[in-house]
Amino acid sequence: MAKGKLTFNENLCKGCGLCVAACPKKILELDKTRLNAKGYHPATCVNPDECIGCAFCATQCPDVVITVERF
Amino acid sequence: MAQKRVLMKGNEVIAEAAIRAGCRNYFGYPITPQTEVMHYMAKKMVQVGGNFVQAESEVAAINMVYGAAAAGFRVMTSSSSPGISLKQEGISYIAGAELPAVVVNIVRAGPGLGGIQPAQGDYFQATKGGGHGDYRNIVIAPASVQELYELVVEAFNLADKYRMTCMIVGDGTLGQMMEPVAFRDEEPVETIAKPWAACGRKGDSFHHTVTSIYIDPDVLEKKNLELQDKYKIVEANEVRYEAINMEDAEIVITAFSTCSRISRNVIRQAAELGIKVGMIRPITLWPFPYKAISEAADMPSVKAFLDVELNAGQMIEDVRLGVNGKKPVYFHGRLGGNLPMQKEILDKIVAIHEGKITEGGNF
Amino acid sequence: MAVVFEPTKGLTDKPFHYCPGCCHGIIHRLVAETLVDNDALETAVGVASVGCTYNSYEYIACDMVQAAHGRAPAVATGIKRNLKDSFVFTYQGDGDLASIGTAEIVHAAARSENITVIFVNNAVYGMTSGQMAPTTLVGQVTTTSPWGRDPSYQGYPINVSEFLSNLAGAAYVERVCVTDYKNIQNAKKAIQKAFNVQKNKLGFSLVEVLSTCPTNWGKEPLAAMDWLKENMEKQYPLGCYKGADITFDADGKYVSGAIPATANNCVNVGEVKK
Repeated sequence: MAKGKLTFNENLCKGCGLCVAACPKKILELDKTRLNAKGYHPATCVNPDECIGCAFCATQCPDVVITVERF
Repeated sequence: MAQKRVLMKGNEVIAEAAIRAGCRNYFGYPITPQTEVMHYMAKKMVQVGGNFVQAESEVAAINMVYGAAAAGFRVMTSSSSPGISLKQEGISYIAGAELPAVVVNIVRAGPGLGGIQPAQGDYFQATKGGGHGDYRNIVIAPASVQELYELVVEAFNLADKYRMTCMIVGDGTLGQMMEPVAFRDEEPVETIAKPWAACGRKGDSFHHTVTSIYIDPDVLEKKNLELQDKYKIVEANEVRYEAINMEDAEIVITAFSTCSRISRNVIRQAAELGIKVGMIRPITLWPFPYKAISEAADMPSVKAFLDVELNAGQMIEDVRLGVNGKKPVYFHGRLGGNLPMQKEILDKIVAIHEGKITEGGNF
Repeated sequence: MAVVFEPTKGLTDKPFHYCPGCCHGIIHRLVAETLVDNDALETAVGVASVGCTYNSYEYIACDMVQAAHGRAPAVATGIKRNLKDSFVFTYQGDGDLASIGTAEIVHAAARSENITVIFVNNAVYGMTSGQMAPTTLVGQVTTTSPWGRDPSYQGYPINVSEFLSNLAGAAYVERVCVTDYKNIQNAKKAIQKAFNVQKNKLGFSLVEVLSTCPTNWGKEPLAAMDWLKENMEKQYPLGCYKGADITFDADGKYVSGAIPATANNCVNVGEVKK
């Protein structure tokens, strides 16, 4: 199984949660403990080791927050 | 070499002049009494490799003008009063986005559907805005077919130079009139660089955007102040008028386009009665020749002004601003598509000369 | 390690002003990626409209012209007639295209203007705060249909793709959505096909993208996606309404399929001096 790495341009995130729902591995969450510069709870990957680099999250994101690498 | 003169209709000359000025885009919608512009363009544009589109509406036509102008190309539309009302949306956007465009209005009588006979009832609409917001158009009122030709060519240069709408205002008389025209061998076309045009980035590090929206009030105010600065430059440099028989004139006629043609003969007839009549004929309705009017009002020989228009008194407001109360301003106007007879104007001049009428108009 | 997804150069650095979960960001990105994929960023000209997308001219990195409400197809006509070899597209919402701009869109399609229209349908006026749109569903509550759209009082929704596809001038019309990965890929394919249609001068193309408006629908972004699937897709079925049989080779060159007879209706009138 391919491994993936996500990088979040966190201050662009509006906390809409579409990426959370799109993730097949269910490893994304909105971080309720933090606010970004826009005042939203930003999306974050809670279990990076599980990421398969499918880019479903980045494709669904309306604000081009996520960069995906695969190895 | 003597230039060859050809007999042509005013409306056709407008189209020919545009093509000679390098205009390769015409977008229009049929309306009387300017349809010959469109007919001529429909044939000629194809022959010279330009674009002719009969649009679905006046609104669409002016927005095609907006598009072609935004991409950096010379473009014209023509219409008549009700159609020009519809185009006001686009004309305001063209002003806001600072695009060069030539709009021809062969005015007919209004309001509403009105009639198709000549009128000058669009003076306010042309010179005081017409559409929404603080903007100006350069407004040019030719009085002959020859002048129509020369000023349409000039209109394209002015539009490009100042990045604004240059409106040619005529009426059914001028549009339908046939007169000899002497075309130049080569037109004085000024090719002005358009680094702002949205025709592809083509290597620029930024993308060109053409817009009239500025949500931030401070930015929009600054944009508006820039526009006002530009309009001041136009006012300083582009006022055009013709002064006729103004040396020691007693009564000064103010009239533009068709009314100036009728009034020209009245000057001679008045002279036969011993009344010295001069005329100031604004060629640019905006910027208006206030200074020329003001200087005439200062002349000791001048006793009064007579403003002649094909409306209920529109340009007279600018004449009064120029005169500034220094001399009385009388008015003679006809409505509904009627033209004044020379005798009507002459009778008015005699009455003014004899002190038999009060200031104001015939309504 | 390979980058499999990164922000496209087809978008500027300016962050979108759209509400959380709004699909405009996804659709902007698909258009921008298509420009980059086809090496068209330097030559394309886009036309932004009025509504939430008024500002799209600041986001998409090709040359952009901002048009009056509903007039984008006319503005695009004025551009394309002069720049016949450049990709020219409009980006319009449903209020803009299907209400105030019906004349412009119908006649641009009828003339088979060789332009591409990206039509975003979210069944509501977004920018002006959720009024009934020409595409609002029967029964749908909006700020101007507070008891739900009643056909006996407010008429029926307009199915833009269906009616435009009846015009001889329309070469390619497809309706897509961006609710999930698969549909987003389909939407991108449709935009690419529209690009190819224009590049081959086959005539008018339109891609209708069903979109959510979480804010004015009063729904969470995810719930809005579900509402779209359950309700909008019934009124507006996905699929290709015109030009389904048009095919291109690997280089995007036209191979086969029924097209309008009009083809190239534009001329080049020379270069603009910069």
